Amino acid sequence: MDDILHTLEERRARARLGGGEARVERQHAKGKLTARERLELLLDDGSFEEYDMFVEHRSSDFGMAEQRVPGDGVVTGRGTINGRLVFVFSQDFTVFGGSLSEAHAEKICKIMDHAMRVGAPVVGLNDSGGARIHEGVASLAGYAEVFQRNVLASGVVPQVSVVMGPCAGGAVYSPAMTDAIFMVADSAYMFVTGPDVVKTVTHEVVTHEELGGAGTHTGRSGVADQSFENDVEALAETRRFIDFLPANNREQPPSWPTSDPVTRVERSLDRLVPANPNQPYDMKELIAKVVDEGDFFELKPAYAQNIITGFGRIGGSTIGIVANQPTVLAGCLDIASSRKAGRFVRFCDCFNIPLLTFVDVPGFLPGTDQEYGGIITHGSKLLYAYAEATVPKVTVITRKAYGGAYDVMASKHLRGDLNYAWPTAEIAVMGPQGAVEIIFRGSLDDPAAVEAKTEEYRRTFANPFVAASRGFIDDVIRPQETRARVARAFETLRTKRLENPWKKHGNIPL
Amino acid sequence: MFSKILIANRGEIACRVIRSAKRLGIGTVAVYSEADEGALHTRMADEAVLIGPAAAAESYLNIDALLAAIAETGAEAVHPGYGFLSESAAFAEALAGAGVTFIGPPADAIAAMGDKLAARRIADDASVATIPGTEDAVDDADEAIAAAREIGYPVMIKASAGGGGKGMRLVWDESGLREGMSSAINEAVSAFGDGRVFVERFIEDPRHIEIQVLADGAGAVVHLGERECSIQRRHQKVIEEAPSPLLDEATRAAMGAQACALAAAVGYRSAGTVEFVADQQRNFYFLEMNTRLQVEHPITELVTGIDLVEQQFRIAAGEPLSFRQEDIGRNGWALECRIYAEDPARGFVPSIGRLSRYREPAASETCRVDAGVDEGSEISMFYDPMIAKLVTHGSDRPAAIAAMQDALDCYEISGVAHNSGFLNAVLGRSRFAEGRLSTAFIEEEFGERFDPTALTDEARAVLVPVAAVVHARLAARAGRISGQIEGLPPVRHTGAWVVDLGTSRHEVRIEEGADGIAVVDGEQMVLVASEWQLHESLFTGTVAGTPVTIQVRRRGTAVTLRWRGCETTARVRTPRAAELAATMPAKEALDLSRFLLSPMPGLVVALPASEGDTVQAGQPLAVVDAMKMENVLRAERDGRIVAVHAEVGDSLAADQVIMEFAAEE
Repeated sequence: MDDILHTLEERRARARLGGGEARVERQHAKGKLTARERLELLLDDGSFEEYDMFVEHRSSDFGMAEQRVPGDGVVTGRGTINGRLVFVFSQDFTVFGGSLSEAHAEKICKIMDHAMRVGAPVVGLNDSGGARIHEGVASLAGYAEVFQRNVLASGVVPQVSVVMGPCAGGAVYSPAMTDAIFMVADSAYMFVTGPDVVKTVTHEVVTHEELGGAGTHTGRSGVADQSFENDVEALAETRRFIDFLPANNREQPPSWPTSDPVTRVERSLDRLVPANPNQPYDMKELIAKVVDEGDFFELKPAYAQNIITGFGRIGGSTIGIVANQPTVLAGCLDIASSRKAGRFVRFCDCFNIPLLTFVDVPGFLPGTDQEYGGIITHGSKLLYAYAEATVPKVTVITRKAYGGAYDVMASKHLRGDLNYAWPTAEIAVMGPQGAVEIIFRGSLDDPAAVEAKTEEYRRTFANPFVAASRGFIDDVIRPQETRARVARAFETLRTKRLENPWKKHGNIPL
Repeated sequence: MFSKILIANRGEIACRVIRSAKRLGIGTVAVYSEADEGALHTRMADEAVLIGPAAAAESYLNIDALLAAIAETGAEAVHPGYGFLSESAAFAEALAGAGVTFIGPPADAIAAMGDKLAARRIADDASVATIPGTEDAVDDADEAIAAAREIGYPVMIKASAGGGGKGMRLVWDESGLREGMSSAINEAVSAFGDGRVFVERFIEDPRHIEIQVLADGAGAVVHLGERECSIQRRHQKVIEEAPSPLLDEATRAAMGAQACALAAAVGYRSAGTVEFVADQQRNFYFLEMNTRLQVEHPITELVTGIDLVEQQFRIAAGEPLSFRQEDIGRNGWALECRIYAEDPARGFVPSIGRLSRYREPAASETCRVDAGVDEGSEISMFYDPMIAKLVTHGSDRPAAIAAMQDALDCYEISGVAHNSGFLNAVLGRSRFAEGRLSTAFIEEEFGERFDPTALTDEARAVLVPVAAVVHARLAARAGRISGQIEGLPPVRHTGAWVVDLGTSRHEVRIEEGADGIAVVDGEQMVLVASEWQLHESLFTGTVAGTPVTIQVRRRGTAVTLRWRGCETTARVRTPRAAELAATMPAKEALDLSRFLLSPMPGLVVALPASEGDTVQAGQPLAVVDAMKMENVLRAERDGRIVAVHAEVGDSLAADQVIMEFAAEE
């Protein structure tokens, strides 16, 4: 028996060595941790239970028969984050460059299947050179097996990808289909075709970092949700992120005790909206003053900054927040912000996370860029997402809610449960000046008359009371009591039951 | 007494004046510019009148608009505060013409003291000690050199019409004087349109000490002791105190007597201040007389118990002084810190924005805050960047300093950069505690920049255990999240942890006990007792028995702690995580020298250089209007501009990229 135990320990030790000391050293020299070190940081101390440690590839072509490493380039298993179950895989760049073989893919699929069966999140740590080319189509089949599971798991259990090294070619589509992508600055990159191919085909000269680094994907493409300074930061923040999410689509979001009174009054909010309607203000101040302890986990903070999306808590439970940001493009809706917020709304809806929407939107961004780019299709994504969402929806209009954008932003008409407005709200088809120009086109030459009509329009529509008189606004509230009112609203919506008509799935304008 | 007064000012001083008026049952009228709509002073006053656009010249300095506001509201008297029109003889005369009382000195006293040479002549006649120097303007270098032989070097060349350091030159010998004269005259002409300069002895290691006087215009003149205002940065007072740690009773009496003599000589009425410069041997010389209420007047009020604004009201209303010199006592010590919206970590550039968080320390017998803002107020680019004055009182100087440090620790300000940490660091210097002050104190102790992340040993000893306790509380709460799987050991929050404070690492053990949380750092065991709750931004409690208040702000998984002028980001990790974190490469900061960044928020007024230009060091690249000042941004070295990211008329955020230079070839 001792011998057998000894053999077990030996084989475990060999597996834990991964690609060997030299490769581990090279991984460290790049400022990267190994696959196992990363899992140590992601999971609670001692909670990791590994699966398939002894799995090896079954390939024999191109000299692969002689190269076998137990684990085959990915560490998989389960563990806990603050005591809550998660399934994990962590690609090991020190073993065959983390490349994906048939066996490697099977390991990932196994933990995904388990996660689905028990209803627990999947966190993937990506660090892979791509397909195991020695295996040919078997490797491609492996990718597709993973993709298929990503899709089936989508909306069932939360899936989070942390890209901590290369992720190129078809491999990008696995993280792409997960709920959130975090990247490590300077060491992670994602692209469908790399700089060499780009140069051959289009003659563009571009670096890895420029083409698909964390800066590119958090700022320019919007593919990634957040970037973090290094592996340690990224994993600590991933733990924090998991704390916001329910384990699966049949559970309510997690909660924890908070000392922050839900009745907290923030008097300075009464003066957040400036007297001048064209002057911006920072919507993030409102968010920070409404959520528990000022703790807000923002997603895509550097992309489409005219809309803010992220998670916070009220009374200890998770809520998702969508808010127009008046400091950027006056908070208007455009292609990028509609896509960003539309996806976030669906993220919340599929995981029972109540939605809080702060509205200050002057309308859709005009221009050929937008029209040629398909704002009609992309803008409708946000509309569709809000309209189909059945989670509790609470909306607060702080200032402008003009035109079609008013309808889109979780209005009463899209089954908003409780729609509030601040006294500074202006709910109208458009701003007073534009409206007067259209209503009295050509018939008013006298600037004084224009001014008078503008003022009349302002008095008539630039307030929340017209909408409130129709019941489109449930109440006009004092800004300083926003937290208390929103908290009470969510409390009463805790037992909300609403189902959409049965369908295979809707046909969202992708 | 008046039944209604108008306050021709804004900000904290307007609020300060309104408070005394209210106490005396006097009605108040505030005036405001468009930029100050809804500002605190307009809400405190009984009435508020809009007097014009944001620019001070069109509002707070607009005499016609003020006269209209007076007529509209029927105010009987006007308090000018400080700054703006407070020392304008023209304004005093205009009010007299309109039959309205000016709560301040007679116009001729203002005029007499406003001219430096005239003031000096009056001072000499009144036997007030003045700095040895030429009595009149000197015409050329030869005349100046002859005068300097009498006075003795080093000497200072000063513009007659000057102020704020413009047109001033310090010279140490004859050749320096010859060179300095022409440049000083040129500068005086361009700055003031008046090329007259004079020469006087330069006082080494000087201290700024001033005497508060009150005169009732009916012959009674008293002084209320001194204030020392030596802690200055670029001639701007930062910390003041009363009394001065330098003076003895004899010097105090002599200065007081001379100040009263000067006030009497100009027929002074109301509150005024006679400023002296003193050397370290307590020789003192008259500098100038400020014919208004000073910013730093509260410290005199705290040590004398006399409300200076009330006295100004009474005197203006024709009442005689109700006390004599011998009735004026001195109780303990008072200190004032000026809280400015400026960034000490970036060369003290001004900062503007909304005060998203603003919480003053609680007012008490030992702590007074004179502010013109509250949470949500805007610090605009149009006016002085002072946010508030924090004033503390103690039975002696160390008690007043300690009260100030505690008050600064509790003072929460965010939304704009501010100097409260810097002030706390100044108070923490042993040289300050010893009272060895001089107007060069800040320059000598800190230079041009202040780094709050450089932790003192004392700060480390407090912040390490506090960071550990904050972490333990957060971890304990995370261990109570819903949805945990059963049968697992509880999530750990005590035991071994590693606290990283900035770049320093501390291995600690956290143990929970009945009297608090013990944090063991090496051999040291520190007990932290606190009722702090996770949503609170002030961590109050005791660390090893010493009461502390630390500002805590969570940023993701990190926590920023501020205490006694130190600011640090703490990360608390398991020993294993800390071990791995230590292997993470230090990221090189972006090479900012390749970029021209806007040093402050502002408006692009001009872009004299454009893309493709090769520029030389010192060449102007952009002109940015901020805080009503045109700031010329110049090339730091030779280079070629590869991209211009801003256009004329753009408004810039702090640190926004304006231009990009080619990488060095």
